[in-house]
Amino acid sequence: MLRLETRREPSQAMVYATPFIAVALTLAAGFVLFAAMGRDPLQAMFLIFVKPLTTLNGIAELTVKTTPLVLIAAGLAIGFRAGVWNIGAEGQFTIGALTGGAVALAVYPAGGVWLLPLMMAAGIAGGMAWAAIPALLRTRFNANEILVSLMLSYVAVLLLSLLVHGPLRDPEGANFPESRLFQASALIPNLIPGTRAHFGALVALLTVAATQFLMSRHIAGIQVKVLGQAPRAAKFAGYSERRIVWGTFLLSGGLAGLAGLFEAAGPVGQLVPALPVGYGFTAIIVAFLGRLHPVGILLSGLLIGLTYIGGETAQIAMRLPSATISIFQGLLLFFLLASDVLVRFRPVWRSPRVSATAP
Amino acid sequence: MTSPLLRLDGLTKRFPGVVANADVSFEIGRGEVHALLGENGAGKSTLVKMIYGILQPDDGRMTLDGKPFAPASPADARAHGVGIVFQHFSLFEAMSVTENIALGLPAKDAGRDLAERIAKVSTSYGLKLDPRRLVGTLSVGERQRVEIVRCLLQSPSLLIMDEPTSVLTPQEVDMLFSVLRRLSFEGCSILYISHKLEEIRSLCSRATVLRGGEVVGACDPRTESARSLAEMMIGATLQSAKRPLSGQGAVRLEVDALSLASEEHFGVDLDDVSFDVAAGEVLGIAGVAGNGQTELMEALIGERAASSPSAIVIDSTAVGHLGPTERRRLGMAFVPEERLGHAAVPDLSLADNTLLAAASQRSLLARGMIDHAAATDFAEKIVATFDVRTAGVGHVARSLSGGNLQKFVVGREIMGAPKVLIVAQPTWGVDAGATAAIHQALLDLAASGCAIVVISQDLDELFALSSRIAVIAHGLLSAPVPVGEVTIEDIGRAMGGMPLSHKKDTVDA
Repeated sequence: MLRLETRREPSQAMVYATPFIAVALTLAAGFVLFAAMGRDPLQAMFLIFVKPLTTLNGIAELTVKTTPLVLIAAGLAIGFRAGVWNIGAEGQFTIGALTGGAVALAVYPAGGVWLLPLMMAAGIAGGMAWAAIPALLRTRFNANEILVSLMLSYVAVLLLSLLVHGPLRDPEGANFPESRLFQASALIPNLIPGTRAHFGALVALLTVAATQFLMSRHIAGIQVKVLGQAPRAAKFAGYSERRIVWGTFLLSGGLAGLAGLFEAAGPVGQLVPALPVGYGFTAIIVAFLGRLHPVGILLSGLLIGLTYIGGETAQIAMRLPSATISIFQGLLLFFLLASDVLVRFRPVWRSPRVSATAP
Repeated sequence: MTSPLLRLDGLTKRFPGVVANADVSFEIGRGEVHALLGENGAGKSTLVKMIYGILQPDDGRMTLDGKPFAPASPADARAHGVGIVFQHFSLFEAMSVTENIALGLPAKDAGRDLAERIAKVSTSYGLKLDPRRLVGTLSVGERQRVEIVRCLLQSPSLLIMDEPTSVLTPQEVDMLFSVLRRLSFEGCSILYISHKLEEIRSLCSRATVLRGGEVVGACDPRTESARSLAEMMIGATLQSAKRPLSGQGAVRLEVDALSLASEEHFGVDLDDVSFDVAAGEVLGIAGVAGNGQTELMEALIGERAASSPSAIVIDSTAVGHLGPTERRRLGMAFVPEERLGHAAVPDLSLADNTLLAAASQRSLLARGMIDHAAATDFAEKIVATFDVRTAGVGHVARSLSGGNLQKFVVGREIMGAPKVLIVAQPTWGVDAGATAAIHQALLDLAASGCAIVVISQDLDELFALSSRIAVIAHGLLSAPVPVGEVTIEDIGRAMGGMPLSHKKDTVDA
């Protein structure tokens, strides 16, 4: 009989090992999945996990996908550690793209070196403002932030759609629901010439370093962990729950807004209704797969980014249904949460009768 | 000679890095009240968990009634006639007594007639209990009765009592003991775990002493003294705490007409509480749990703002409106009742746990940046000064035994040399050796001019420490009386809601 015994202390080794266990189990399940679909599992795995890394363009695309995931997840993870559940990064991402992009459209066709920093500031402010709504409702009326932030995501996506159908529509665009293409000075500079990789990737790296520093060296990191693990101890220490809820929402909302602006001013280059493609939700998986740890988030962001790109390749090359990659990502989160039990418990094989009667 | 009911033979349980029980053997006779003694971390809980089927031994065997006994789960243990009343109850406040009891019984025993059977068992043992009452409306003593009745319904042959009296008034203790004596007379064996050695001397006929996971002795507690029992447990001579000198200084803490509505559904509102404590003085606040102690602690720590700034005054500074951090800066320190989750964060290291209370006093922070080296140093200093048994200050708080964590928390607060210290249940579930150390530390602190408030349900402790004692009941605090002028019985009656009277007619000013 397999029993679970409580560990005296959560196992640090398991904290780091379970993401790898989860990836291994996902691969195994993927094998079964592809085989059941009548496709060659080895070829599918190769297309998803190896092929994209063999070309410069593949690597550039990887940074394009990973940048928003890491930016958003780094912010969300801090909130999750505090028990502040911002599930609405998708909405904050959308509003960030909208407010940042609106700055470019407002001054069109003017531009200069001042434009991009202004757009970034507007994107951050937009994301923060959208995140401030659930923060306010939670701190003032004790409203559940999971529900509020999630619902606001749909409002944000519809708001973007409304505006690009109306005031922000390209006047010369034959009534398509899209904004103008941004002027050149409103576009994020390229990192690798000839690809879509942009400077946002460096900002994402910087964010990883900054959040790592905040969580390990600054008292805010302790405050966040204390509130998340023992709310009464947070009161005892005099940490203000209100301030922590506000701080984590503004930080995660601001980073999501910045990610949205990078997406609009980077690979897309304009505002379109289809701008939000789910980065805000996938970032939740990235955050947990990365153990809510900034460096872990960087690694898990790269892995999930890879499944996006490799998944598209495999979809086209092997004519896989588009849901395959979503299933893959879902499996990953499922196995991660399942193997998390090993952090606090250790499995013991035993037959109680035998061991208890043996001398 | 009849055969023993339960025989433990060489029970061994290992956890990574530690042997919790090593080759433990002893017997419990039929109808015997058997005491299990030992310091925190001596392995009592592990042993009990093995008997109750929560843990399985790595080695050794048990026999119950002469037959091999290896319970795979608590349900299995219960089916064999083993019942347990834990120190911390597992009851749902929003459910009735009957519903709570039904949850712990096998389906076949939780039928329609359950309420009737509860009433029958409780009357026959003199355990007054209304099966329809919501548990949230019951006192702690009554909740314990629910747990006991739950066990009795299964007619156990062995009843394990884990620290049963720490939450009871003296009168309730007497009542519990008469129930236990009757059970023992009827042939039910009782394994009794307690730190209160006087109780063990009056109740138990045999005792097994554990130290470091091993059996280090067995005795008849009736022929031993409380001191000799304690020394057997700790394996050393016991130093008893010295009472404070009564030389009083200036008033350091004044509480004036403090009222506070409880945030808890079944909590108690504080109603016009007033007292003051002078430098060098220890004020004891007695009371049964759930009579406003939690709310008083919240108000004194500053977790919730008081009704007005002047409701709480330290050294003539009004602090009622200030939060915990500001109050600490003014020289207050706090030891709340709950160690894990309130005074310390379970999954943070001991070093990080110093930051909760000592960040500003010990300059562990500079502009928000944590000085990890200083925090580690401070934690190591606490561990050394208060003899905290831990593998290192990098280990998380939850890995320490209750008594050791308590020493750490008390040490953290005391080492800041506070002017006013508020302590709740300083030795709850703490063994004799650590209790003596904590008591001595508190008295030394008072001697150095600190004003101390001790909120406790343990009257022996309050009488050992306090210069004056007040009683809190239903959110009302009695006027404090000097400790020499009341008896434990007076306080016990006041805890039950009677007015506190003492020999002098006038209340001291």
